[in-house]
Amino acid sequence: MDLSIFTEYGPRLLAGFRLTIICWLLGTVFGAALGLLIAVAQRYGGRTVRWALQTYIELIRGTPFLVQLFLLYYGGPMIGLRLDPMPAGLLGLTIYGSPYFAEIFRSAFRAVPLGLIEAGRAIGMTELAIVRRILLPVGLVSAVPALVNFSIILTKETVILSIITVPEVMYQTQYMATMTFTFLEGYFTLALFFWAFVEVISRLGRRLERRITRHLIERT
Amino acid sequence: MFSLSTFLDAFWPLTMAARYTLLVSGLGIALGLVIGAFVCVLALSKSRAARIAAAVWVSYLRGVPMLVQLLVVFFLLPVIGIDVPAIVAAVVTTAIVASAYISEIWRGAITALPRGQAEAAIAIGMRPRDSWIRIILPQAVALSIPQLINELILLVKASSLVSVVGVMEITRASQAQAGVTFRPLEAYLAAACLYLAINLCLAALGRWLEHRMAV
Repeated sequence: MDLSIFTEYGPRLLAGFRLTIICWLLGTVFGAALGLLIAVAQRYGGRTVRWALQTYIELIRGTPFLVQLFLLYYGGPMIGLRLDPMPAGLLGLTIYGSPYFAEIFRSAFRAVPLGLIEAGRAIGMTELAIVRRILLPVGLVSAVPALVNFSIILTKETVILSIITVPEVMYQTQYMATMTFTFLEGYFTLALFFWAFVEVISRLGRRLERRITRHLIERT
Repeated sequence: MFSLSTFLDAFWPLTMAARYTLLVSGLGIALGLVIGAFVCVLALSKSRAARIAAAVWVSYLRGVPMLVQLLVVFFLLPVIGIDVPAIVAAVVTTAIVASAYISEIWRGAITALPRGQAEAAIAIGMRPRDSWIRIILPQAVALSIPQLINELILLVKASSLVSVVGVMEITRASQAQAGVTFRPLEAYLAAACLYLAINLCLAALGRWLEHRMAV
């Protein structure tokens, strides 16, 4: 194994890794926002809205991310949706993540004690105020472990963006591998890299969980 | 403009290719069940070294994107002297990735069983082996059915990644179809429909099995 490839291609790989993190962060934030919107709409929408959203959830969860990306990036231009790789990738991640986030929020909202919501109504809060001041603060806290878990799953989905030529870390590794014929070294390093990355954020995630749900743990 | 006839024409080649999607995910889960059982035994064993080995296996396979693992396996096999077609690399990757998730599913199911079950088996004089075969495993398997079906659905979707190493499954075939007809929208929509059909069938099968095997 020739280590000099890493001195030559290191900056490229680092730039790719930076982009991976950006894609992951934006994809998680946008996906969670869209998921939250869906969950709230499902709760307050009429039957048609609920049915439409449920169909959307089933459609997205039933198809592979790669096929969704191909549809968006290669199929999109045929209906006038012409996107560069990066925006297409971010939109794809957002759409792919949204149903999973929506389900997380939906079950978190269901876990909010009914008494709290009734108490809100009883003191004359509007429905919007109940969402903002009861459902979200109480529900979000119980959703944190599931949210952390899914955002970790999303880190691994970002490498698929390389297939539609988003220059993230996988794309850069492929570039290095084809230029220097170091396929095994390149991909193996990438594997170790991701392993470490995922371990670090899952540790951080657990710490965040403990910090946020601290008040829920009974003191003995 | 959306062309309905191109969309419908795409289904035949894609359905043929679906055999490979089913082969990769089906063989993947079958081998994954075997390796997963082995890893689960290691994870529950009394030996510390075995538990660490299982933990490293699970953490690596769950921490690294499947696309990366696929390429590692694809380029590793020839280096260690095993020259096999891409489909073998695809099945191997799918199986070892599945084994990590399946071992966790089974570990969860076994530890979720009330301790009283195993204790009762010993109390009425069953040998440990019998208590495993007749009391613990049947209940653990029944408990884990919904999650195993869920894992299979995830694998069907993950098998789209093996298109990258050239296995002619649904995604690869839809790429070819898009290349021939210059109509990516119809080709990929047809692929999405096929995946959806497979997964809806699997979900229905899961609900039926769950109902039949209810503990």
